[in-house]
Amino acid sequence: MSGYYDDLADKVREHFEDRIEDCQVKYNELTITVAKTQLLDVCRELRDVDSFRYDQLVDVCGVDYLHYGKDEHSAPTWTGPRFAVVYHLLSVSNNRRARVKTWLDDERPMVDSVIDIWNCANWFEREAFDLFGIIFEGHPDLRRILTDYGFIGHPFRKDFPLSGQVEVRYDPDKQRVVYEPLSIEPRINQPRVIRDDFRYEGREKPTEKQSDA
Amino acid sequence: MPEFHNYTLNFGPQHPAAHGVLRLVLELDGEVVQRADPHIGLLHRGTEKLAESKPYNQSIPYMDRLDYVSMICNEHGYVLALEKMLGIEAPERAQYIRVMFDEITRLLNHIFQLGAHALDVGAMTMFLYCFRERESLMDMYEAVSGARMHAAYYRPGGVYRDLPDSMPQYKPSKYKNETETARMNEVRSGSLLDFIEDFTNRFPTYVDEYETLLTDNRIWKQRTVDIGIVTPERAKQLGMTGPMLRGSGVEWDLRKKQPYEVYDKLEFDIPVGTHGDCYDRYLVRIEEMRQSNRIIKQCIDWLRHNPGPVMLDDHKITPPSREHMKTDMESLIHHFKLFSEGYSLPAGEVYSAIEHPKGEFGVYLVSDGANKPYRLKIRAAGFAHLSAMHEMTQGHMISDVVAIIGTMDIVFGEIDR
Repeated sequence: MSGYYDDLADKVREHFEDRIEDCQVKYNELTITVAKTQLLDVCRELRDVDSFRYDQLVDVCGVDYLHYGKDEHSAPTWTGPRFAVVYHLLSVSNNRRARVKTWLDDERPMVDSVIDIWNCANWFEREAFDLFGIIFEGHPDLRRILTDYGFIGHPFRKDFPLSGQVEVRYDPDKQRVVYEPLSIEPRINQPRVIRDDFRYEGREKPTEKQSDA
Repeated sequence: MPEFHNYTLNFGPQHPAAHGVLRLVLELDGEVVQRADPHIGLLHRGTEKLAESKPYNQSIPYMDRLDYVSMICNEHGYVLALEKMLGIEAPERAQYIRVMFDEITRLLNHIFQLGAHALDVGAMTMFLYCFRERESLMDMYEAVSGARMHAAYYRPGGVYRDLPDSMPQYKPSKYKNETETARMNEVRSGSLLDFIEDFTNRFPTYVDEYETLLTDNRIWKQRTVDIGIVTPERAKQLGMTGPMLRGSGVEWDLRKKQPYEVYDKLEFDIPVGTHGDCYDRYLVRIEEMRQSNRIIKQCIDWLRHNPGPVMLDDHKITPPSREHMKTDMESLIHHFKLFSEGYSLPAGEVYSAIEHPKGEFGVYLVSDGANKPYRLKIRAAGFAHLSAMHEMTQGHMISDVVAIIGTMDIVFGEIDR
């Protein structure tokens, strides 16, 4: 099983050559990193070339790397781009999976929509737009999907507080629901800590903090 | 007199056939649907963001509350992702228990789906029949975890305790006299496994009852045959998984194709449809229930003859026993560290998927080496299914919309997350 993905990774490298940035296998999963300009071409070929034939898009997921490596005691160690979009692909014909990852600009995260390659990307991309503010060019209907009507901000970004920014209550005088600034303080019950000294004996030591990601 | 062509109808969010909080904006031409625009997110709780602020183990109960009709399967997806990253595997007995409870959950889910779907298209009796069996299944949940729905039973490294040797008993009350409670307690006299075995022996006749009520029922067939047809190509394009994909004739089941736990040691078949309509998906689910029953029987058989640990003995990840914790200093430290700080995962990312009753339930986990997830993405099957709503309802009558919502097996806990 594990050998298969190494072979597949070789095939991917051979097929795409310098059109992909990176291709590696970890935890028996294949991760292909692509520049966003090449994304559509690579995805289309991953779908259509026989040895890959990824006919299903399982998931589209935005990730915000702003606080990557940050804990109670140290500042973030992340130096790469802030946003990434991760596509999980499934080949029903070949029974294999793959992950395609592309990095986006910090200021105005934008990427081409894969909706023409896999139609189910529609809602997944709307979700990533709603929660992270990632703009998918060519998407026919990029509206918010999960948050409330009239919501401001992108709640899954790391600089968006967990408790949000406004709270609602019913105002008996105005006889309607009113929005007000938050009155509660954020609280941390369990601090976030990163353990470098990997304590579990006999297990693989995690690689250096920055290099892996 | 002015002529009306299209008009817009707002369906939900508070409607009994909306399965929770679905708001559907339907554009109609007479009674024919031109465009369906589901508005979701009315149950959005931000599970993924909440999980980022908690040590790994504390998010397990959140998983129950995602798809609140198949609770334990959600936990399974999450726990498998953690185990993959930690590089551990649960003891074999725990794996059999997990598989058994996954299948019990599949029954729970399919029975609920069947009852709700039939109720939506007008068959009230089905709903009552289905809920009769759910009662026994929830008793199994209760016996093993103490909770009838939100079990929080799986842990990375196993399940939190072994199957109990006795079942809770009914007590006489002013509504039930002693003879009645004695009759109800009859199946509860043995262990949990006895109770489950008794149920699996009875269950095929229950499925026969459902089939008697529906399979050849004229009204049921009129409401489901040729409704919401999805071709195999479109099903793949639209990201469908689980019974929705199998109903279209694609033989795809993660339990067979990418087996996890002990599914490769068990015998079962994958039912597939031929036509891809609501009726085929109904038949697929009925057959899946029979197959799940078969799997549960095999698990009971194995579990009876193979006692053993149900949790790993690695106290960096799993808690030591209460007894040790009180007497042994090292165990006390382990216990304290585990429940205050938790354990750290190595930096990296994994995706793990299971065959959830509704389709593929995936968990994508990004870790930066901390004791909390850096990013947790939950891939819910219903999300992709509901996004196909427009394509499936287009050109159908408005009453078919309800049948299509029913066949999709929509539960908002997992779609809105």
